[in-house]
Amino acid sequence: MGQLIKDLIDTVTKPVPYFLGSALLLAVVLKFRKISTKLSLIAAFFLIGSAFLVWAWGDPNFNRIVTKPDNVPIIILIFSVVFFSWLSLRRAYLNDERIKAGRPSLEGELSKQKVFTWPDLVYIELICMVLFTAALIIWSVSIEAPIEEYAATARTPNPSKAPWYFLGLQELLVYFDPWIAGVLLPSYIVVGLMAIPYLDVNPKGNGYYTFEERPFAVSFFWVGFLLFWVSFVILGTFLRGPNWSFFGPFEYWDLHKLEPMVNVDLSTYFWVELLGQPRPSAPLVREAPGIAFILGYFLILPKLLERPLLKAFYAGAREHLVRYHVFMHLLLWFGLVPLKMLLRWTVSLKYFVGIPEWFFNI
Amino acid sequence: MNKLLDALRSTQVWKSIFRHGYPDTPRNRTLAILSNVFLHLHPVKVRRSGIQLSYTWCMGGLTFFLFLVETITGLLLMFYYRPTAELAYQDIFALREHVPIGVMREVHRWAAHLMVITVWLHMYRVFLTGSYKPPREFNWNIGVILLVITLLLSFTGYLLPWDQLAVWAITVGTNMARATPFLGHEGPGAALISFGGLDFVHAGDDVRFGLLGGRFVGDAALLRFYVLHCVGFPLVAAVLMAVHFWRVRKDGGISGPL
Repeated sequence: MGQLIKDLIDTVTKPVPYFLGSALLLAVVLKFRKISTKLSLIAAFFLIGSAFLVWAWGDPNFNRIVTKPDNVPIIILIFSVVFFSWLSLRRAYLNDERIKAGRPSLEGELSKQKVFTWPDLVYIELICMVLFTAALIIWSVSIEAPIEEYAATARTPNPSKAPWYFLGLQELLVYFDPWIAGVLLPSYIVVGLMAIPYLDVNPKGNGYYTFEERPFAVSFFWVGFLLFWVSFVILGTFLRGPNWSFFGPFEYWDLHKLEPMVNVDLSTYFWVELLGQPRPSAPLVREAPGIAFILGYFLILPKLLERPLLKAFYAGAREHLVRYHVFMHLLLWFGLVPLKMLLRWTVSLKYFVGIPEWFFNI
Repeated sequence: MNKLLDALRSTQVWKSIFRHGYPDTPRNRTLAILSNVFLHLHPVKVRRSGIQLSYTWCMGGLTFFLFLVETITGLLLMFYYRPTAELAYQDIFALREHVPIGVMREVHRWAAHLMVITVWLHMYRVFLTGSYKPPREFNWNIGVILLVITLLLSFTGYLLPWDQLAVWAITVGTNMARATPFLGHEGPGAALISFGGLDFVHAGDDVRFGLLGGRFVGDAALLRFYVLHCVGFPLVAAVLMAVHFWRVRKDGGISGPL
């Protein structure tokens, strides 16, 4: 029975079911907010989650990875992110019900009253500080900070991992070259985050939890933060082992596990498989289909979608055209990630445009 | 006991420090905030929504608190640590072996992990409550930069123990810089910047070289990361935090609908 559960978990945490399952779960949680925001549900999550941890503790393979001192924060991350997502959705649900009934949001009602900073706020801060100081000291006394062997540039550890908070980006390296996964996308994440207040013209939902007044914004952030950031960090920490191969949480990290990877460029699909001739040698000719696809994706697609989508960015001034195109550009880069992932899983696509001669691969 | 306290409170020394009586009246509660340089970060009164934990999650405050923890423990660690490839590892090892009840490295490390999580959750909360909307747009931007700096602080600190984990994590991380378009020697477009067969962007002068002060993670990289970790980024973070907190009050006050 125990082994069966372990095998099942090892199977459903493989990248494809892991990612698609998480996406489905997010959609269900957001869709059925009345049920997913029930108190009993989060209580059940915490109970089952802790029980699972205790049970899985006994497994040597699980124990070796999950209980590494530096992985404790990931456990904290999982529990706190689930809890706070639930809490925010619950408050959003309650507020949406209030607003539908014609009442102000909970925060709106509370913000009409004012209290003295001393003692009400100062004491909360003090208690938080005392609790966190105590927790940090207990944590520090009970778990020693690890120190590995003296650095040796000649001996590469396998796997070599970036710090855990960058593992989402390292995971992208499976699908993209470093100039996209390590430079372009991180820059776009920062730029995109900074652009949010200037792109979101919806005046509602300013300063209180709500879902129905800004369904797209909230869902989009959930997808970005939970599905593409936090879940990738978890995947990278717990499920990626030697040679960046995938390992289930109960699987032994076998150095010799090699997954056959035969990934094929779009140009090979086009010239060899479709036209039945060898690929031309000139890079630009060879990659013409991929280049056409990328140009169409980034230049023509936003133009085509302008008619139905543009009005969502209108806030009484002409800048909505700029706003729309900036947003679409960021969105399309973001969308390239799941697109490439899906194509990799289904048709083993390596590159849309593959010009290794110039280090230019998309 | 009470008499003793009363006597203490009527001394000139006490009165010179605290300009008001015990804060149990509206007047004294106001003065408690206004006459204290630290507390006057806060307004005298706040909205009730702003102190509701299930609304604010306290994550911004905790991030600031953890920054202070990092500053204090980091200062103590600096007494024992010499940033050279030769000595760094020994010094970290000696912390464990020779410093009695030494948990400062542990506190520093775990609080750093925690700070990354609290920053993320703070941003998550601010987004979900739409608290980046006008007039708070600019402060959201300051917040994003602070988030990046938090990650950079953690990243630069990662190298300092100079063990296998540290050096290889930084190697993996900084290898990305090689692929920077035009500026990294393995980046697209870098080959275009060459004149008469002479490459201008190569492994000895690209952005990665600038980041590490060399072609690989060595002594120069350690010193760079150390200086940035202990002085550079904390200074920038402190300045931006001042702006962040100030703008919270200027842009409509803490946590509440606008």
